[in-house]
Amino acid sequence: MKKILLIIRREYLTRVKKRSFIVMTILGPILMAAAVVIPVYLATRANEVKTVSILDETGLFTAHFKDSDNFRFHELVSDIQSAKKGLVKSGDYALIYIPATQVTLPSNAIIYAQNTVNINLQSYVKNVMSRQVEELKLQAKLHDIQSGKGQPVDVSEILKSIQTTIDINTLKIGEDGTESKSYTEINMALGMFAGILIYLFIFMFGSQVMRGVIEEKTSRIVEVIVSSVRPFQLMMGKIIGVGLVGLTQFMLWVVLTFVIVTGVTATITPHQIKDKVTGEVLKTNTPISPVNSESLTLAQGTSGDGTNEVLQAINSVDFPVMIGSFLFFFLAGYLLYSALFAAIGGAVDNEADTQQFIAPITIPLILAIILAQFIIQDPDGSLSFWFSIIPLTSPVVMMIRIPFGVPWVQVILSMVLLILGFLATTWIAAKIYRTGILMYGKKVNYKELWKWLRQG
Amino acid sequence: MELFSALEITKNFAHHKALDQVSIHVPEQSIFGLLGPNGAGKTTLIRIINQIIAPDSGTLLLNGRQLKPEDTASIGYLPEERGLYKKMTVGEQAMYLARLKGLSRQEARKRLKSLFVKFEIIGWWNRKVEELSKGMQQKVQFIVTIIHEPKLLIFDEPFSGFDPINANLLKEEILAQQEKGATIILSTHNMASVEELCDHIALINHSKVILDGPVREIKRNYKNNTYTIGYHGLKVDINTVIPPAFRITDQSQDPDHHYLTVTLPKESTPNDLLKPFMDNATVDSLREVIPAMNDIFIQAVTTGQPEYTPMN
Repeated sequence: MKKILLIIRREYLTRVKKRSFIVMTILGPILMAAAVVIPVYLATRANEVKTVSILDETGLFTAHFKDSDNFRFHELVSDIQSAKKGLVKSGDYALIYIPATQVTLPSNAIIYAQNTVNINLQSYVKNVMSRQVEELKLQAKLHDIQSGKGQPVDVSEILKSIQTTIDINTLKIGEDGTESKSYTEINMALGMFAGILIYLFIFMFGSQVMRGVIEEKTSRIVEVIVSSVRPFQLMMGKIIGVGLVGLTQFMLWVVLTFVIVTGVTATITPHQIKDKVTGEVLKTNTPISPVNSESLTLAQGTSGDGTNEVLQAINSVDFPVMIGSFLFFFLAGYLLYSALFAAIGGAVDNEADTQQFIAPITIPLILAIILAQFIIQDPDGSLSFWFSIIPLTSPVVMMIRIPFGVPWVQVILSMVLLILGFLATTWIAAKIYRTGILMYGKKVNYKELWKWLRQG
Repeated sequence: MELFSALEITKNFAHHKALDQVSIHVPEQSIFGLLGPNGAGKTTLIRIINQIIAPDSGTLLLNGRQLKPEDTASIGYLPEERGLYKKMTVGEQAMYLARLKGLSRQEARKRLKSLFVKFEIIGWWNRKVEELSKGMQQKVQFIVTIIHEPKLLIFDEPFSGFDPINANLLKEEILAQQEKGATIILSTHNMASVEELCDHIALINHSKVILDGPVREIKRNYKNNTYTIGYHGLKVDINTVIPPAFRITDQSQDPDHHYLTVTLPKESTPNDLLKPFMDNATVDSLREVIPAMNDIFIQAVTTGQPEYTPMN
């Protein structure tokens, strides 16, 4: 046990001290930050006007939707069925449908669109509706107080009681009028980004394991080391050491990206950030007077232009879940693939010979990336389901699905199978590895590997 | 007293039988030569002793008890295929390898520093391995092989890659280790070094031990009653002097002497060779021809049991 720690320590330290590691650690966050900041920046300049029709059965909200640089609203008077049909024909960007309620105040809306619904529109609808509902509630309270029914008056109690959450469902309408669940761009971008990152990490660090094994073989140090430790310890030590390097890099990326994004957006739009920050400060401290509550709604409501909305959308992402599942699927996927990479490194004499073996093990990974564009369109479909369950593709595909929300049962099934898959590849890899590292100058083919496997 | 024995070790690989009922007995504080042609199974046996691979059957005993995984700490191994991490510094690397053998950080540093001084490479402690000459790398490898003061040292072709000066240094160091109480297994093709260093040998050919025992005993067994006689002033034809049953295997001469190497029949003694010469010439010397390890090796391998049957 002490020996495997020594191996992990060496593998880790020699890699994090390398110049390439330091360069990657600095470059990565700059690229990622650019990926986050540029859309934010562009969103502030987007000024294509989209027409949105409103079907408000409650009649409470229509007047409060104000045309902006991006959206122009007009009221519809019809029933929902014909309104939906009309949407396809009219070429409107979206249809906001607020269904009538019997007893309670309205608390939900459905946005129909032919494409994915713009995140700005979603949060604007949310803002308008919640402000309006809160106002109604407040009026009712005030009425109660005036008529003397509800004394003594507890302001914070009132403010708490009027707080309102509005549910927005977004549905996609096909050319033929069929409906399907729609997802926001932010989920797609995030899913795609996480999937590609997993793919890159597995590839990068898996091939580092392979190169490390080849280095030990070509430098002929491997026999010296396996006279002190078991080949399995050496292999696992290397895999774990390199994995920790990957983890370190990822953590540094997250922290540095956060620092850069915060810094850059603060310089681009300083007052909006201030607004937002004030808003949040107010939100956390329970407001003590209606004036403060007013300023809160104002701060949230007036910032209808792109920047803040995208930032809000990014903030709305469940980062603990995203980062947590990324860590799991990266680590487990990495363990599964790096064992195979280690076996390849052990079987060959130099990097040129690795091609024929690398191709088959990378096919599932590449397939997962090719399928990614279909999966973000239909994250709950059977294609998405199966590829997020099969261990070889699950790290990438499941990560793409996570931002859209995946049932826990599926996530756990996928995780369990991935762990089993990793145990299986490690078992196979260990056999090939321990025979391979002691073979020099021998061209290996699949038949030979099969023999090692059966014999070991 | 035997420090190490391997009893009836058999190991099969996919294509062939590498070891077939191989037994060796290594006496304590001896230098034991493990000899054999290429591909005979020496490296396989050495890897089994180092517990890098497991035998299919057979027993390994260290100090009279079964060899255990922890025993790697009492074995030092210098493989034939040896190297170092090129990008690491010499000191870091030596520390790493020493600690893998179970030494504490302080102990490893203390011992390494003193050996680095002794081998005159202390100035290279912070340099990268790739900057070192091959000879210096070999010194580093040798140092990490003996750093944990193992009871059993195994050297596989230790002299290959050394220049004569460093080879000599290595030889002296091996003898010094023996002096300090270590037992040494030396696998080599270099018969001169076997002659110089080994007191016991085992010769493996085609996966089997075909010859083993103390060097002196083996040499005695391979003596075939051959003598070299030096003389001058022979007055008659040489063939009339030597009895017909005697076989001349070699002749040579210098300005003052003739030398004749003669193999005698089993029942004859050197006296039978000496007598006719004493009557006809002046005898300067008579010396028994002791077979060289090189000759024994060739003879044993070429006339040995060719029982090799490839497995399918």
